[in-house]
Amino acid sequence: MALPQTITSELDALVTHYPDRRAALIPALHRCQEQLGGWLSPQTLEDLAAYFGLEPVEVFGVAFFYPMFRLRPRGRHLVSVCHNVSCSLRGAEQLLEHVCKVTGAPVGGTSPDGRFSVVRVECQGACANAPMLDLDGTFHEDLDPERAERILRSAP
Amino acid sequence: MKRVDRYLLARVDLPDSHTLAVYRAHGGYQALEQVLRKPWKPEQVTQVVKDSALRGRGGAGFLTGLKWSFMPDPAKDPRPRYLAINADESEPGTCKDRVLMERDPHGLIEGCLVSAYAMRASTVYIYVRGEYRVSYARLQAAIDEAREAGLVGRRILGSDFSCEIWMHPGAGAYICGEETGLMESLEGKRGHPRPKPPFPAASGLWRSPTTVNNVETIFNVPFLVLRGADWFKALGTKGSTGNFLCGISGHVERPGVYELPFGVTAREILEQCAGGVWKGRRLKAFFPGGSSTGLLPASSVDVVMDHDSVKAAGSMFGTAAMIVLDETASIAQLMEVTLRFYDHESCGQCSQCREGTEWLHQIFRRIVRGQGRMQDLDLLVSLANGMAPAKTICALADAAAIPTLSAVKHFRAELEQCVRLGRDPLATATAQSPEHHEAHA
Ligand SMILES: Cc1cc2nc3c(=O)[nH]c(=O)nc-3n(C[C@H](O)[C@H](O)[C@H](O)COP(=O)(O)O)c2cc1C
Ligand code: FES
Repeated sequence: MALPQTITSELDALVTHYPDRRAALIPALHRCQEQLGGWLSPQTLEDLAAYFGLEPVEVFGVAFFYPMFRLRPRGRHLVSVCHNVSCSLRGAEQLLEHVCKVTGAPVGGTSPDGRFSVVRVECQGACANAPMLDLDGTFHEDLDPERAERILRSAP
Repeated sequence: MKRVDRYLLARVDLPDSHTLAVYRAHGGYQALEQVLRKPWKPEQVTQVVKDSALRGRGGAGFLTGLKWSFMPDPAKDPRPRYLAINADESEPGTCKDRVLMERDPHGLIEGCLVSAYAMRASTVYIYVRGEYRVSYARLQAAIDEAREAGLVGRRILGSDFSCEIWMHPGAGAYICGEETGLMESLEGKRGHPRPKPPFPAASGLWRSPTTVNNVETIFNVPFLVLRGADWFKALGTKGSTGNFLCGISGHVERPGVYELPFGVTAREILEQCAGGVWKGRRLKAFFPGGSSTGLLPASSVDVVMDHDSVKAAGSMFGTAAMIVLDETASIAQLMEVTLRFYDHESCGQCSQCREGTEWLHQIFRRIVRGQGRMQDLDLLVSLANGMAPAKTICALADAAAIPTLSAVKHFRAELEQCVRLGRDPLATATAQSPEHHEAHA
């Protein structure tokens, strides 16, 4: 298999930003994750290795190092709840518990209906608006459990 | 506290503050025009930065002009030269660069251009943490607008100066905020910090001369060009000049990002900006500059916020991210959360850091759960002393050791009490707290 042409044409432009093509690997992993179902399958990583002329193990090693890259399928929506200091001082654990209740997903897992995956994440730089969660790449800040519930219930 | 003469945040509340039109209408790109049209020599720009005594806002407080002067003479060194902007902002408590990037992106772009001119760099990379999608989009849009207007790219404003600016996303690893980890990551590898020397100015990105600066540091540069070093020095204290952005979070009434001159006290920030400790409670402790700076007890709240004074008080100015704890907070639990983070983020190259962060985390964890032992207090101290200072490739080990030592120093009695009682009376419930951090895959 090969990467879809929509992605490779983007990558062809990206690699020109650097003296060495490989530097585009992390942006490329992001593009693939965004456009190929929210995770990086072994096939995608192999395709990327072929694109960059790297050993697959190199690409796996990089993808595995970075917490934003997901190497297993996940629910339709990804909910990331910050559990670092500023958020935990303002109720992140209660928020997380409520998020799990509302979505039916355990921490680090996916709800039985496949709609939601819930994960803990480190400080997201929203500390002055704690606690917070990120839903599919959008920050929601100054939360309490009720507000979070409304946000999650309005997700398609 | 006297009225603050704001410049860093002067534009952020304007409608459409992120657009070129609004930036231009409020003096934007005048510093770049001045430098290129007059023209200034690159060394003149560096000289103003040196004279201003601007210190880096990324945490270490290194003198910016001095750092720039380490770049080799281009007449003798033909390698390409790079400026990398550190927009990884992941020190817990820190949320200041985001305000500038989201709401005044052209201010950073102009800072990049003037700084690149000073260092004769023709390529700038802005390494933004992957989670900051709005910052990334706003900066990319600003670069596109600026390129369209002849402000980025070839022969800027008709001068001989050409400079490209590229955005580059991170992917959630704190260690990539460390400048050599950042460079590895930018090259498409795992963010494993490099031993120093060689320093980035001698051998950085792709083994070429590189300077890494924080977003807020570079944001100051156009103001230095337009208003001069004397104006800047008049704002702060002797050792720390200018204004800084303080993000204050935790148990306060009005958390937020505030612009302040060096020399205000932590109490002034807490009481006058943030409305005091929340719920009418008393102050227990605070981190002055992010979770890797030493925790200070309430009795230190009159400390003057500048690099030398916070250091004299036994901590560090860091990123000026004040995290405030009220009297109900558990120190053991605070430290469990803090060390869980460093344990998770250690890249694992150095054994002191890889093993040490995990040990510290597990010890605080068991103290919170009532399974601590009296010897654990001394064990924390001896482990931390085995990790820092400067015993590892980068300072992540220090970032874990420093708060540990300060917590034991100032709150030993409370930690011992948890051990004696067999429980932490102040701890609050955690949701399915993981034994070890979960594999993110
Ligand atoms: C573990 C670790 C994480 C760091 N994270 C950041 C960061 O997120 N942003 C930043 O600007 N500097 C960070 N730094 C500091 C950088 O190494 C570097 O000193 C800084 O970017 C230099 O910029 P400045 O001189 O303008 O402050 C970090 C350092 C360490 C040891
Ligand atoms: S601690 Fe949660 S966003 Fe910073």
